[in-house]
Amino acid sequence: MKGITLVYFLRRFGIFLLTVWIAATLIYIIPRMAPGDPISAMVARMTQQAGYIENSDVIIAGWRKRFGLDDPWYLQYGRYLKNLVTFDFGYSLASFPTTVKEIVFRALPWTLGLLSVSTALFFFIGNFLGAMLAWNKTPRIIKGLIPVSMIFTSVPSLLAALMLLYFFAFQLGWFPSLSAYGRGIVPGWTWTFIGSVMWHAILPIMSIVVVTFGFWTLGMRGMMITVEGEDYVTLAKAKGLKPFYSLYRYTIRNAILPQITALALTLGTLVGGQVLVEYIFSYQGMGNAIFTAIRNQDYPVIQGTSYILILTTALAVFIMDMIYPLIDPRISHEGN
Amino acid sequence: MSEAQTSHSNTTAKAKNWADAKPVLKVDDLRIHYETPKGAVIAVAGISFTLYEGETLGLVGESGCGKSTTAYGILQLIQPPGHIVGGEIGLEGKNLIGLSERDFRRLRWTKLALIPQGAMNSLNPTMKVHEQIADVIVTHEGRQSKEKIKQRILDLFKTVGLPARIYDMFPHELSGGMKQRVCIAMGICLNPTVVIADESTSALDVVVQRVVAQTLLKVKELLGVSMIMIGHDMGLMAQMVDRIAVMYAGKIVEIASVHSLFKEPMHPYSQVLIDSIPSLKEKKPLKITEGITHDPRNPPPGCIFQLRCPHVMDVCRSKEPVMRELKPRQEVACHLYEVDAKGEVKNVAASA
Repeated sequence: MKGITLVYFLRRFGIFLLTVWIAATLIYIIPRMAPGDPISAMVARMTQQAGYIENSDVIIAGWRKRFGLDDPWYLQYGRYLKNLVTFDFGYSLASFPTTVKEIVFRALPWTLGLLSVSTALFFFIGNFLGAMLAWNKTPRIIKGLIPVSMIFTSVPSLLAALMLLYFFAFQLGWFPSLSAYGRGIVPGWTWTFIGSVMWHAILPIMSIVVVTFGFWTLGMRGMMITVEGEDYVTLAKAKGLKPFYSLYRYTIRNAILPQITALALTLGTLVGGQVLVEYIFSYQGMGNAIFTAIRNQDYPVIQGTSYILILTTALAVFIMDMIYPLIDPRISHEGN
Repeated sequence: MSEAQTSHSNTTAKAKNWADAKPVLKVDDLRIHYETPKGAVIAVAGISFTLYEGETLGLVGESGCGKSTTAYGILQLIQPPGHIVGGEIGLEGKNLIGLSERDFRRLRWTKLALIPQGAMNSLNPTMKVHEQIADVIVTHEGRQSKEKIKQRILDLFKTVGLPARIYDMFPHELSGGMKQRVCIAMGICLNPTVVIADESTSALDVVVQRVVAQTLLKVKELLGVSMIMIGHDMGLMAQMVDRIAVMYAGKIVEIASVHSLFKEPMHPYSQVLIDSIPSLKEKKPLKITEGITHDPRNPPPGCIFQLRCPHVMDVCRSKEPVMRELKPRQEVACHLYEVDAKGEVKNVAASA
């Protein structure tokens, strides 16, 4: 009855697989809808550089065979899916001997770190301030200050990143302006390295947090006001419970549920905003990798990184789905 | 069965010695306004009544007449823009108005408990049923052993007729009647002096309504609490309460024992109210539709019922009637009656 049932788990897991499969198929179809094919494009590029290539027909035919482009579409598609499962995306075109897998797994931890810390921060700050805005015992001055702190909400994270970079890195020099850790520091589990990583992450994280938390503040404030009108909150007051206890256990506990749903829904957009922020700070995460790949027309890397981002986002949503019944006791029933 | 009989005789005994009854809650000239941009809506326009020990007082009236606002005013749960403008609420001789929030919080539930319209959403959906009862016990009595609290909650469940298996359940797993009984169990868990039941049965079907009403009665007799029952079901009221206060547009127009109010309602509004109880024998036209209610921001001078009253006179439009005890334990605010020198009550309209 309570908690996560097997049916609920299987259904959510099915949705997770379906999402990933649809996304992967789209990634497969979209480049193939573009005119031409990668081999003739490459040969055309080579012709441009070298003037004339002998036996280019033979080269094209050889490559087509080598990359399996002459096989029927279902074979190609099947091979593609198999490669996705084994994370085998082939070689990067721009930096040839490196595999896409290497690029992806080098960049992924940085992005995950940045994303999880900033998500945790803006979600906590946003909801905390929203609750403060709605609570009737919050001092007036704080209620006045919170909206002022939200001026960045109307700014895209890209612009906030530029502004933070300008003021805190170039003008004040408080924070480093690029990379994920200091030059000359050997990556490893040393305090110098960890300190440097944290130091470098502050501005990128801030540029995501300052533009995002206002949305959650307003959402939380609205939910708080709705929940405060509920009979059980009135009853909590009539019961003479301590104000802080009833705020936490009765109001916030219920007001935060739709916020968690919204978080699951916005995870995807969040990743999009991160791409540009990473690029501005030259942060060696997935966003930067995608951006570089697009500039170099490095199709395998674009495919690989997009796929991994979709996979992690879908995974995060799936985990959220698993956590949700534990937070809202009414949900598991709907899974039955 | 014997229990019901004793409880019945108890009630009659109480009714006989009414003069000795000890007042528990005294509401004096309570006024509650809701501020709106167009002026204050006068929700409760100076009402006074006394609740005696062990008594059940019914508060009836149409929707929007201020019954619930009165109850929430006593409990100091009025939400802004509403606020208590004036009056006194004395609980066991102590004025509650003007107490600090801190001091009043200690009186909540230990002295004044509320049984809300719980079938809908008076229970926190994210907390188990027992947690919601346990938290009020712990708040007011301090920490105690888990087994002790559990036993106490299970005893409460037994009192209100709930099975022990719901102890670990969430509110959404209960039926409406069960939720209502959880609310009753919660209401009596600290053995309060006064219980206010706010339309506790109105969202339930008639069978469950009856069961819940009986639970309320049983609990009341068991604990001997004083109770204010708010509702508009006159039939249910007749069975449940000792006295009825009829409210109209923020005022009490008549207070009388159930017996006299049903047998001989004196205020024209009470008469209409009693008359509008549906009957199987005849189809009665509704008399109250005549006339309009006044704007609650700007009540007319004189009697508040003048616009809809079938017996309206000139004096009603200028002079506000005061509550007078026209018969023993029957107070009415109406110009229609006069007391002559011999102390006899005369109907002015009938004699004219």
